[in-house]
Amino acid sequence: MDIDLILRVYPFFLQAAWLTIELSVLTAILGLTCGALGAAARMSRLAILRWIAAAYVSVFRGTPALIQIFILYFGGPQIGIQLDSFAAGTIALGVNIGAYMTETIRGAIVSVDRGQTEAARTLGLSRWEAMRKVILPQAARMMIRPLGVNINALIKGTALVAPISVIELTYTAQRFIGSTYKPFEMFLVAGLLYMVIIYVVGQGIAWLDRRARIQ
Amino acid sequence: MLDHTAAQAFVTIKNAAKSYGTLEVLKNINLSVERGQIVAIIGPSGSGKSTLLRAINELDPLTSGEVWLEGVQINRKLPPRQYEAHVNQVRQDIGMVFQHFNLFPHLTVRGNITLAPRMLKGLSEAQANALAVEQLAKVGLSDKIDEYPSRLSGGQKQRVAIARALAMKPKVMLFDEATSALDPELVEEVNLVMKQLAEEHMTMIIVTHEMDFAASVCDRVLFMDQGVVVEEGPPSVMFQNPTQERTRNFLRKHLSR
Ligand SMILES: Nc1ncnc2c1ncn2[C@@H]1O[C@H](COP(=O)(O)OP(=O)(O)OP(=O)(O)O)[C@@H](O)[C@H]1O
Ligand SMILES: [Mg+2]
Repeated sequence: MDIDLILRVYPFFLQAAWLTIELSVLTAILGLTCGALGAAARMSRLAILRWIAAAYVSVFRGTPALIQIFILYFGGPQIGIQLDSFAAGTIALGVNIGAYMTETIRGAIVSVDRGQTEAARTLGLSRWEAMRKVILPQAARMMIRPLGVNINALIKGTALVAPISVIELTYTAQRFIGSTYKPFEMFLVAGLLYMVIIYVVGQGIAWLDRRARIQ
Repeated sequence: MLDHTAAQAFVTIKNAAKSYGTLEVLKNINLSVERGQIVAIIGPSGSGKSTLLRAINELDPLTSGEVWLEGVQINRKLPPRQYEAHVNQVRQDIGMVFQHFNLFPHLTVRGNITLAPRMLKGLSEAQANALAVEQLAKVGLSDKIDEYPSRLSGGQKQRVAIARALAMKPKVMLFDEATSALDPELVEEVNLVMKQLAEEHMTMIIVTHEMDFAASVCDRVLFMDQGVVVEEGPPSVMFQNPTQERTRNFLRKHLSR
């Protein structure tokens, strides 16, 4: 193993890791937004919204994320959508993970005992008041862990934007392989950095989950 | 909104029917409860007791028939938005206690009791607090005000659930097997609270499997079977001299215990 080489290139990898983190954070924010809206639509009283949300979930979970990224980045200009690779990658990944988060959020909400809604409604709370004060606070605690699973998948999924030349970890590894012919070292460094990011995020989620459970 | 045409009881149920698909769960039920009266509903499992009780506050709306509370029709046919507002309003007057308590686990006892009064009656924090203190004293749980429901026994949970319902100052209280989920030694503390409410002349409709309790507290007992009220009368008659064969069969099984 070429330790010297690793020491020489690792500043570039740190920079790339930073981009992976940025990409992950933005994707997570977009994904959570899509997930919250999707879950609300999925449980709406309006059939049309339920239908749209169901279609969203099945389309984005039913096709490879890589294809979704390619359609937006390479196909977009054909229909008048010009995005740089970072924006296209973030949007495609965010909307994709949002489909999974839609199901996670909805799952947590419907897993709250029916009796909770009944008790709240019986007291005179409206549907929305019951949702906000009784159901969501309980569902929020239950969704921390499964959303953590989605976020873990999302971080690893950011590697999928390498083919559209976003200079994140995987792309950076590939680029250095081109000039050094040392794939083992390069992918090892990239992999370790992914592991560090995922470990830290995982600890953060576990901490949130513990805190939510204390009461 | 007020019905001036008919002299009505406090709670009136007229020609109530309810079906789930082809299954008729309630068939032409009529019931009048006067203010301050306490009515017990007994009957075998699946006879429609819960369904009837839950029709009173529109948790399970009737297929046909009417429900009235103090001259106001609960199950009025209204456009969706108005219906929502109407139901949210009338439910404030109807307290309900469930078999499985349904306390809000993320809130303290205080939070459970003050949530609805604060949101719906615009009580200040201090007023709501005073209300919680008052209601908890009534059910004998003043020391549990800052506890979370998970730290309470079943009997304590149910007493808090009663306090939560009472905090809305309801006109009538509905109990759906309030003691069925409790260990036998915890039943009495809940029964005592209900007896105390009876002494304060709270109007109550109580679905129960406890015949002794029904006999000692209620003014009237309804026996339901297969979606109909088979027989009703004062407990002295119902438990000692029921006229219907079905009632006698049911009581033979349940009184001997
Ligand atoms: N949501 C529903 N869908 C279909 N059938 C239902 C529904 N809820 C209740 N039923 C049926 O209605 C009938 C009456 O049920 P209900 O819960 O009112 O009985 P109950 O007298 O309260 O019985 P128990 O003593 O077991 O609580 C039962 O046959 C039940 O299976
Ligand atoms: Mg029942």
